[in-house]
Amino acid sequence: MPLNEIWFVIVAFLFVGYFVLDGFDFGVGMSLPFLGKDDTDRRVIINTIGPVWDLNETWVIVAGAALFAAYPEWYASLFSGFYLALFLLLISLIARGVAFEYRGKGDSKRWRGTFDWMITIGSALPALLWGVAFANIVQGVPLDQDHIFRGYDIPLVGNLLVLLNPYGLLGGLVTLTLFFTHGLIFLTLKTTGEMKERARKLATKVGLVATVFAATFLVWTLLAHPTLPGLILSGVAAVSLLTALALNLIGREGLAFTSVVITVITSVSSLFVALFPNVLPSTINEAYSLTVENASSSQYTLGVMTWVAVVMIPLVLVYQSWTYWVFRKRISRESIPAHSH
Amino acid sequence: MLANAPVILTELDVLSLARWQFGLTTIYHFLFVPLTIGLVLMVAGMQTAWYRTGKEKYLKQTKFFGKIFLINFAMGVVTGIVQEFQFGMNWSDYSRFVGDIFGAPLAMEGLLAFFFEATFIGLWIFGWDKLSRGVHLLTIWMTAFGVIASAYFILAANAFMQNPVGFEINEAKGRAELVDIGAVLTNVVAVNQFPHTITSALMFAGAVVIGVSAYHLKRNQFVETMKSSLKIGLWTMILAGLGTAISGDGLGLAMVQTQPMKMAAAEALYETSAPAAFSLFTLGTPDGKSELFSVKIPYLLSFLSTHTLDGEVEGLNNLQAEYEAAWGPGDYMPTIWITYWAFRWMIGLGFVSWLVAVAGLWLTRRNNLSVPRWAWNVAIWAAPIPVLASSIGWLFTEMGRQPWIVFSLMKTADAVSPGVTALEVLVSLIGFTVVYGALAVVEFKILIAAIKLGPVEEASESESEKLAVAY
Repeated sequence: MPLNEIWFVIVAFLFVGYFVLDGFDFGVGMSLPFLGKDDTDRRVIINTIGPVWDLNETWVIVAGAALFAAYPEWYASLFSGFYLALFLLLISLIARGVAFEYRGKGDSKRWRGTFDWMITIGSALPALLWGVAFANIVQGVPLDQDHIFRGYDIPLVGNLLVLLNPYGLLGGLVTLTLFFTHGLIFLTLKTTGEMKERARKLATKVGLVATVFAATFLVWTLLAHPTLPGLILSGVAAVSLLTALALNLIGREGLAFTSVVITVITSVSSLFVALFPNVLPSTINEAYSLTVENASSSQYTLGVMTWVAVVMIPLVLVYQSWTYWVFRKRISRESIPAHSH
Repeated sequence: MLANAPVILTELDVLSLARWQFGLTTIYHFLFVPLTIGLVLMVAGMQTAWYRTGKEKYLKQTKFFGKIFLINFAMGVVTGIVQEFQFGMNWSDYSRFVGDIFGAPLAMEGLLAFFFEATFIGLWIFGWDKLSRGVHLLTIWMTAFGVIASAYFILAANAFMQNPVGFEINEAKGRAELVDIGAVLTNVVAVNQFPHTITSALMFAGAVVIGVSAYHLKRNQFVETMKSSLKIGLWTMILAGLGTAISGDGLGLAMVQTQPMKMAAAEALYETSAPAAFSLFTLGTPDGKSELFSVKIPYLLSFLSTHTLDGEVEGLNNLQAEYEAAWGPGDYMPTIWITYWAFRWMIGLGFVSWLVAVAGLWLTRRNNLSVPRWAWNVAIWAAPIPVLASSIGWLFTEMGRQPWIVFSLMKTADAVSPGVTALEVLVSLIGFTVVYGALAVVEFKILIAAIKLGPVEEASESESEKLAVAY
């Protein structure tokens, strides 16, 4: 396997990792207004991801940097072309991150309420935008011969409007509902008592909606890019999502969570399979597409980076797994101290 | 007013808006970074002292300054994402041209350093009673390792822009390509910028620890804990100040070697001179082409630039002529009044904050705490001075590189994203300004509240179960 293809796998791996990890953070954030009846409830919810949301978010920074290092052309065309979408994403991620840190630093209802909404919106918007972005990466955008994304000739929103096509929007709804389900099942695993029950019930409802969106989206993707690996991955994604919902219903939280993790892994992987060997197809002319060939770094750079990745990624997985092991305990209402500053 | 709006918009081109955005977001990001770098080391030191001596005051310091560290850390993380994204968003032609080289240290930073700090900081915050004392101490040192390594890779990436090394131009692809990663990571600019950045960060952390301790000592509260942290802060500041000066000298030499134009611009030295004097203060004609009045220290510039008293220092006009011969007609000088004054303010502010610490050490010698109120106030208000010096230092480093984005290879004007419109950059610039402004207000409020509260024990913290939550 040539290095520029190995890096396609590494970049895919990092994004899959990011969606598995920050995916449930988004879902947990979205659940605040639905599951948090009082301040203690909301603190239980937030503290389930307290020690880990930061390291989960780090995955997108590493994924972005890997994209930059391995495929500068992809990084350049994608980030400048998806300008407004990424700007909204950045603002959301900033809002969510600081809200986690700040909400407990004040006591008033208004203070905490404001930051709760920042967490909810700062979780829902990225969950939606990532789906829109990835669906459009697979579907392709109007790249000209210099690989520059030329959207509608409308000031400011020209490129964004290109992204808001039916397939892109459906992709957004898939990630929105799938991450929501993912987060709710994570909550059943990390909480106790009434909170766990509430999360379990909501997971079934949201999960069914996610199943409908995801099935439609995966079939649409398969019709456009029919490959055997794509078919297998989509099949596993659909089956594991239904399995997750069934396991959730009968209260097997650990297995349900494993199952929904498999759904996220396989559905995101199926998108990368559909994309390959392109990295950003052009809808104007196939010859203008960015591919693993024409977008990649030099052999030397890829070689150096492969060594770094091969040594570091297993190590990262080890110490991050250890972190999850240290914080494996469930959080209950009784765990929440009366005051926190 | 309204009729003027479109005119203003056409005058604000993508290039200047993108530069403003980069300047704003980077300076803002770097308000938090130095405190993160400096405080993580100081907190790790305090916790180590507690681990070894078991003295209560060190534990209190660790938790108290640890809290200040964390409030600040979160802002550093979230504003850091913007840094990585905007190379692609606003500077996509730059990314295309140097991505083969520039992306590598960024990705290394992510894989080797950033994952480390983000993971171990979580373990440190939430792991107080879940980990043994020794392992918990290790987590703060691992965080510190991640923070420091992170700084190195970012500085190596920046150093490539100042002094490109280890590359070849691939004419067919129209880009620079990496041929020697070792050369990039041992760039003479990075090697010198790194200790300068770390020691100046320690100066800021030291100044904050001094200021916070002074605040409580002035009110005669938490005396046992704050007396000791004051001493730690003062010594950190004094040693870090010496380190900053020594490493700054090394960085100056590297700069003369690699970017003589920047050194000449730092001095507003128009004509090549041997020996060259260091100008302390200059008033020039409005166009900056000649000087009206100045105070100079003879030989000093020669000494700083070459470590000899009569070494030759190249002047702006000579360099301009040289560069025109090498790269064709154009203006190769940075904005002189900015580089000249930034260089002086950086050194001046750094020196003043160091003097405050020296005075503080003298006033509090032999554990004397009956210090006049004004002296405590000076210590409190002097706390932000080092970060001002750092920001101005970066302003100098980056403005002094202009008109180049990568010295001698690519001009800043050629680096902006071709498909992005001025309106898009303007909207995101306004967006970031508003959001960052609001965050600054909240952040400052929270920071001040935490500082004023002091190193108090929280009532419920003895029960181990409850330590599992921090939000």
